[in-house]
Amino acid sequence: MDKLGWLIVSVMLCRTFANTQSDEEFGYVPSLGDTSPGSVWPQPQSHTSTAQTIPVTIENFSFNYVASSYQCSTLDQAFKRYQGVLRSMTSHLRLKFRPMALQVISALDINLMSLCEHYPSLHMNEAYNLVVKEDQSILTSGSVWGILRGLETFSQLLWETATGEMVVNKTTIIDHPRYTYRGILLDTSRHYLSLNVILKNLDAMAYNKFNVFHWHIVDQESFPYVSQVYPDLSRKGAYQANYVYTPDDVAAVVEYARLRGIRVVPEFDTPGHSLSWGLGQPDLLTPCYASWSGGKPSGTFGPINPILKSTYRFIRNLFIELKEVFPDSYIHLGGDEVSFDCWKSNPDITNYMKQKNITGDYAKLEEIYIRKISEICEELGLSYIVWQEVVDNGVQVKCDAVVEVWKRNKPQVELAKVTKLGYHVIITAPWYLNRIQYREDWYNFYQYEPTNFNGTKEQKNLLIGGEACMWGEYVDGTNIIPRLWPRASAVAERLWSAKDVNNVTEATPRLHQHRCRMVQRGIAAEPLHKGYCIHDWGI
Amino acid sequence: MDKFIVLLLVGYVTANTQPGLRQNRLGTEVPSLGDTSPGSVWPQPQSQTSTSQTYPVLAEKFAFTYTSSSFRCSLLDEAFKRYQMLIMNAAARSKLHFRPRAPYTITTLDINLMAKCEDYPSLDMNEAYSLDVGESSTQLQAESVWGILRGLETFSQLLWQTETGEILANKTNIIDHPRYSHRGILLDTSRHYLPLSVIFDNLEAMAYNKINVFHWHIVDDQSFPYVSEIYPDLSRKGAYTSLSHIYTPDDVAAVIEFARLRGIRVVPEFDTPGHSQSWGKGQPGLLTPCYSGDKPTGSYGPINPIVDSTYTFIQTLFTELRNVFPDKYIHLGGDEVSFACWQSNPDINNYMKNLNITGKYNELEQIYVQKVLNISGQIGFSYIVWQEVVDNQVQLKDDTVVEVWINNHPDEELAKVTKLGYRALLAAPWYLDYISTGEDWMKYYLEEPSNFNGTDAQKKLLIGGEACLWGEYVDGSNVTPRLWPRASAVAERLWSSKDVNDVTKATPRLHQHRCRMVKRGISAQPLHPGYCVHDWGNI
Repeated sequence: MDKLGWLIVSVMLCRTFANTQSDEEFGYVPSLGDTSPGSVWPQPQSHTSTAQTIPVTIENFSFNYVASSYQCSTLDQAFKRYQGVLRSMTSHLRLKFRPMALQVISALDINLMSLCEHYPSLHMNEAYNLVVKEDQSILTSGSVWGILRGLETFSQLLWETATGEMVVNKTTIIDHPRYTYRGILLDTSRHYLSLNVILKNLDAMAYNKFNVFHWHIVDQESFPYVSQVYPDLSRKGAYQANYVYTPDDVAAVVEYARLRGIRVVPEFDTPGHSLSWGLGQPDLLTPCYASWSGGKPSGTFGPINPILKSTYRFIRNLFIELKEVFPDSYIHLGGDEVSFDCWKSNPDITNYMKQKNITGDYAKLEEIYIRKISEICEELGLSYIVWQEVVDNGVQVKCDAVVEVWKRNKPQVELAKVTKLGYHVIITAPWYLNRIQYREDWYNFYQYEPTNFNGTKEQKNLLIGGEACMWGEYVDGTNIIPRLWPRASAVAERLWSAKDVNNVTEATPRLHQHRCRMVQRGIAAEPLHKGYCIHDWGI
Repeated sequence: MDKFIVLLLVGYVTANTQPGLRQNRLGTEVPSLGDTSPGSVWPQPQSQTSTSQTYPVLAEKFAFTYTSSSFRCSLLDEAFKRYQMLIMNAAARSKLHFRPRAPYTITTLDINLMAKCEDYPSLDMNEAYSLDVGESSTQLQAESVWGILRGLETFSQLLWQTETGEILANKTNIIDHPRYSHRGILLDTSRHYLPLSVIFDNLEAMAYNKINVFHWHIVDDQSFPYVSEIYPDLSRKGAYTSLSHIYTPDDVAAVIEFARLRGIRVVPEFDTPGHSQSWGKGQPGLLTPCYSGDKPTGSYGPINPIVDSTYTFIQTLFTELRNVFPDKYIHLGGDEVSFACWQSNPDINNYMKNLNITGKYNELEQIYVQKVLNISGQIGFSYIVWQEVVDNQVQLKDDTVVEVWINNHPDEELAKVTKLGYRALLAAPWYLDYISTGEDWMKYYLEEPSNFNGTDAQKKLLIGGEACLWGEYVDGSNVTPRLWPRASAVAERLWSSKDVNDVTKATPRLHQHRCRMVKRGISAQPLHPGYCVHDWGNI
């Protein structure tokens, strides 16, 4: 049999058996080319399709509002994007003549049933219905965000036959996300990430229906955020003059994300993780004292100084600016891993604590700081997310605060505790993708069930989602995209699809296909295991 | 805070005066900030003396000129063009519009090649050179073209850029030669296909690290991308796709030429009798049919060692390989042969009974390997084999090289192999496909190959080593950042003297070298938190 014929057969086999085939049963089966063409990742809540395929005209594909639909400039831009995506899916193997078909799909009708919204939010509605059939294909949603998700799904339904023809199966999809918060954390402090890398990742996030870019924008190592109120922060705290995010850069990221229905939640982590802040803001950090320096400041610095009024003036001014720059109603305040050593060494801190009658209780001091910061946020109308330590230290946070559970030691106990206190919670502990191993570690990410903690139904409802974190110690523009994708795709499906979509054997051919799809769309997603894509990277 | 500033200052001042000699006194905890060791050479030369005297370099119009007594060589003329380009690119961001007066401006590098040009690099090539950046002239001298190539690379690394964009070189004298003569990188194009552009990028990176062997693990179980003109069905049926996942004769010739121009040998591996599933698709009758009871199961095992057609095939294929690959050596594989299929096959068992070796499958393997070795020898190949071949007591030619890869007491295996009088290569500690979070290059760097029990004569039989990047989890999307700069650690271990083994001293040089690779277009990943003056995507 010639190669093309063999391919067709393998495609057919895969379409039939993709759900039963398994590495474990048959020994090692490499992922050969198209393992699950036209499959959707993350898997929709309800997806019915038949074996019947309908040809699709890619060249002049159009998206048309139905008469009753609201219209929306965000969608007009999305239509252009997806026209580009569709065009990129056709290979060089073009069919010169088309087989006779009674119906060809050349348009998708759009029915947006409510007014356009400008910015995505925690409460956005992402549900949509998609029907693909010969006479009319239609995408319906109660919000612009649902239409965006449905467009992505529609683009994934299309697949290319071995002869280069684009087809789609007759399909009905009713879909909505399981969780409302589905995030990716990128860290631009340990290594600077150029704008094009960030935008590329936003593309990949849209292909995986992620809806939050958690921008860990500053940390100990560098302060690339350009503040207009405090320009010295980046002038002195960035790695280099060109490793910064100007107001225009930030606006470009926010806009690029908005168009894809992705929120941008910036993190300005304090009072720890803030060494780089001190370079451009003298007196912000606590001076450490050491015995070897004769009871004098040793020249090193610790967390933000919580006992000075100037600290809170600074935070307030900075946050007023941030509220203007970042449209999302949430900001991430950090609050993790505060080392008390420097506070302990500083006599002014010790005096202050004595006056407050909290001598020796440094967690209490931290709580005083965090409380003041959260009061500033409340005054400014900012909602906030905090790392789990803030709650562990007994800080009372606002009722719409979100607590992020990151510690790997029994996250389910922490989830139970935080939700019992009545707070909203997101989980990231099992999804630290910066940690790598020699194997298909996406299995573990995929199989982690967030709701496996002790709690009432109300508590479970307080779990609003999770995040895949790519801390920046060992990644920059050279390697971050292949390290993140398709491993983050496993988290994407866990957070979007139904709880019982959790079988790695069933997921494998779809995930391989999805990885190949990302590669074809220009995302350098790394391979899952041995095998190939029809359109491999660089070919 | 101040700590950061002080560090920067110290780094800058010391870096200006003693490139390559700076020690990172605060250990490796410190982020790598920009230029940590400008003008330092990786791998470190055997002998280098530099002073703080610097000379400006006329980077825009740099010339390489033969001295009057020098032999000339077209291979070097090509190299001059490459290094002119590199030097020019190094100065691309020069902001200096006037030049300070200097006693001597380096405008040319005088080349003295003291022997006739050679066409192809070989195991016995002479890579020694001496380089002098002096008060009135700059000279590179070597007894062979390969030494000149290594010296050109060293010279290009000596150049560094000041903050104002000026290119300088310190007054320097280098006398250099490699510790080991075989310094290889294995790339596996069977588990995943690697596009030619990716192979070229890696050959460039190899030249930047003075690696001199590309061990091309070109075929294996998963796919057969090598296009044989005599047996075209091998790739037509055995490649992942017969159109795009292949290496045509032109492709192979291009790889060999690209490597040759950089003094890199291309040693192809055609691994048999195991690891050969993909061979069977295009060569019926080659593999052993496996049986269940008295019936063939339809699956296949290792190459069938009992039929004459096997040896005719090998002889014909290897005769082609002899013409395609100019290197004296071919890698014959011989690792991980599973006996289960041979055990199931009644013809095999009859054959063994007749030879009176019933049940001794390793002796059957020995018969096969012996025949293939004999064929290879007759055709004019010298060969490299994986360690199992010796472990199974196959008789080898004197110039055979045995590659030690099993990471269970490789020192004992080295002692055994060299005691038998064979030359040995060490790969066991340098399987770079194994990954973990953190700076694993330190482990590779600290591995001392000569730490095995044996006489001086035995130690001399160890001729080098290889960093292996097996292809299970890498393809064009991620192979380059995964390999570099981790393989650079191996490069220095194999080139530099034994006592160059302090990771703290190596760190600033390796960071600088990684930044240099990035600037030259190799997407080498970061070592740890920090940045390069010219980060990837911000060049």
